[in-house]
Amino acid sequence: MAMLELIGLRKNFGTTEVLRQIDLSLASGEMLVIVGASGCGKSTLLRIVAGLETPSAGRILLEERDITSVDPSARDIAMVFQNYALYPHMTVFENMAYGLRIRGLSREDIAHRVDETAALLGLSEFLGRKPRQLSGGQRQRVAMGRAIVREPRLFLFDEPLSNLDATLRVRTRAEIRRLQRRLGVTSLYVTHDQVEAMTLGDRLLVLHQGRPAQLATPMEVFEHPADTYVAGFIGAPAMNFLPATLIEAGTAAKLEAGPLVHFIDGKRDGSDGKTLTIGVRPEHIRIDPEGVPLRIDLIEPLGSETLIHGRLAAPGETPLVIRLAGKAPEGDILTVAFPPEQMHVFDAATGRRLP
Amino acid sequence: MNPRRDPVTHVVLLFGAVLFVAPLWLALVGSTQDPAAIARGDLSLLPGHEGFSAYARVLAGPVPRMLLISLGMALAIAIGKIVISVLSAYAVVFFRFPGRKLAFWLIFITLMLPVEVRIIPTYSVMAGLGLINTFTGLWLPLIASATATLLFRQVFVAIPDELVEAARMDGAGPLRFLWDVVLPVSAANIAALFVILFIYGWNQYLWPLLVATNPKLDTIVIGIVKMVAVETETDWSAVMATAILALLPPVVVVLLMQRWFVAGLTESEK
Repeated sequence: MAMLELIGLRKNFGTTEVLRQIDLSLASGEMLVIVGASGCGKSTLLRIVAGLETPSAGRILLEERDITSVDPSARDIAMVFQNYALYPHMTVFENMAYGLRIRGLSREDIAHRVDETAALLGLSEFLGRKPRQLSGGQRQRVAMGRAIVREPRLFLFDEPLSNLDATLRVRTRAEIRRLQRRLGVTSLYVTHDQVEAMTLGDRLLVLHQGRPAQLATPMEVFEHPADTYVAGFIGAPAMNFLPATLIEAGTAAKLEAGPLVHFIDGKRDGSDGKTLTIGVRPEHIRIDPEGVPLRIDLIEPLGSETLIHGRLAAPGETPLVIRLAGKAPEGDILTVAFPPEQMHVFDAATGRRLP
Repeated sequence: MNPRRDPVTHVVLLFGAVLFVAPLWLALVGSTQDPAAIARGDLSLLPGHEGFSAYARVLAGPVPRMLLISLGMALAIAIGKIVISVLSAYAVVFFRFPGRKLAFWLIFITLMLPVEVRIIPTYSVMAGLGLINTFTGLWLPLIASATATLLFRQVFVAIPDELVEAARMDGAGPLRFLWDVVLPVSAANIAALFVILFIYGWNQYLWPLLVATNPKLDTIVIGIVKMVAVETETDWSAVMATAILALLPPVVVVLLMQRWFVAGLTESEK
């Protein structure tokens, strides 16, 4: 049964269309990550589900109940805010208990639930402290605790890790995932960080200018990006794009840089001469003495691997990034080849993937 | 920095301190001297021989009642101003209603109309309400405050939107949010404003002079002026003693709320 369903959701701010048509269905216990660059409408989508914004069109169903015009507090949804939004004058205990107190739970019930949640999050010893006496990671956990203690049907996360330093972010990321699995609460998680998106989500929704660009599992998105936007957004460093044309009755591509590549996974639709964009991830480019020469202009050693930035010494001077295991090779020029089995083929005109 | 190395700063500081303390000292020593001597112009800079007899004399008269009237008026003005301006600033900041901008600007332009400018129409309104020569008449027209409303508006605007939204998701209604979150978060500002407004109310002169002619409603400030007015028989040590007594309540308020006062004016972290 679908836990949360969004049907034809749209949102305009004046004449600006922020969300154009969102249809989405979350299974019970699923964690769906909404990812996109800033301004893609992802936070607006989350706020509409929370009830903090009203949609211009469309419906929201939570367990088949229409909650489109229900007050945020009556939706049975809890949200973790980017800046945590803890009440600065209340202790950790009071922060977590506030929502329960308003709901009129008894003193014992509140104490019991808060204690239990605090123990789950390792916050028991901080219950008497004020938010400003806590570290960033602890505040983040309190914000999580405030959501968990309400035992909601749906969790909303609005970039909850963006204010943490890198080490803590990695640790908290894993913690959130473990916790979400353990509690089994359906969750919507908004982020602009593609690593978070890949690691946390059961499925990803990539938003681009208010439109869903792709909705699939993280690996599916990574291995079969639906268009050049998704291909460039997911994966770091970003995928390389090479201009090409379709030839030989749709069975091969002629790269502008020179080489001709045969598709090994079947022919593509379209007439010969159609312009294509060929996507190759940095880690899939091979060094090949027979290949195209690449002028190196920057080498970034990362220890276990090396990033090489350069331009093809061929027509178009296409910039290219290569990820090599181990150390950088000697010299200013490399010769590289593009393996046909690791190629993504897109229509240059529409940006859509050619299956 | 070693403070001893900067004599110039210290001299300036000392000069400033003396400048502020001198009148107080004069009043204090004056209150312990022979009133006749003061009237002759022989005000000694050292405490006189009368001790605190002037205080006993003053406290036996109408001064305690005046202090009480002043205290009541100052408290009513300070609290009334805070209540009204908190509510109006809360409405202007957190609610979207038609005419919100207009309401804000109407409040704003009343800044340009101090008590003295609107004193005649205010008097006529009070007369219409039958509040001339009543205690209510002393404070009621003074409790609307554009300054305080604007100040609270700034404080409330600084409350992060996320906090408002978190409270909405927690199920807090508007009044509950005001009481549980907005007021505690602005407590330092409220305290600071209370001190300023209390002193403002305590020092009111023109309005009480106009609206209350009944001597039973004389405030302490008016009481002092009336004591001086009868030139030939002015009991100067009594005047000085009353002035010192009139200083005490504001000093107590400032001392009690000092910590809050400074925090409210300087603290910016929310």
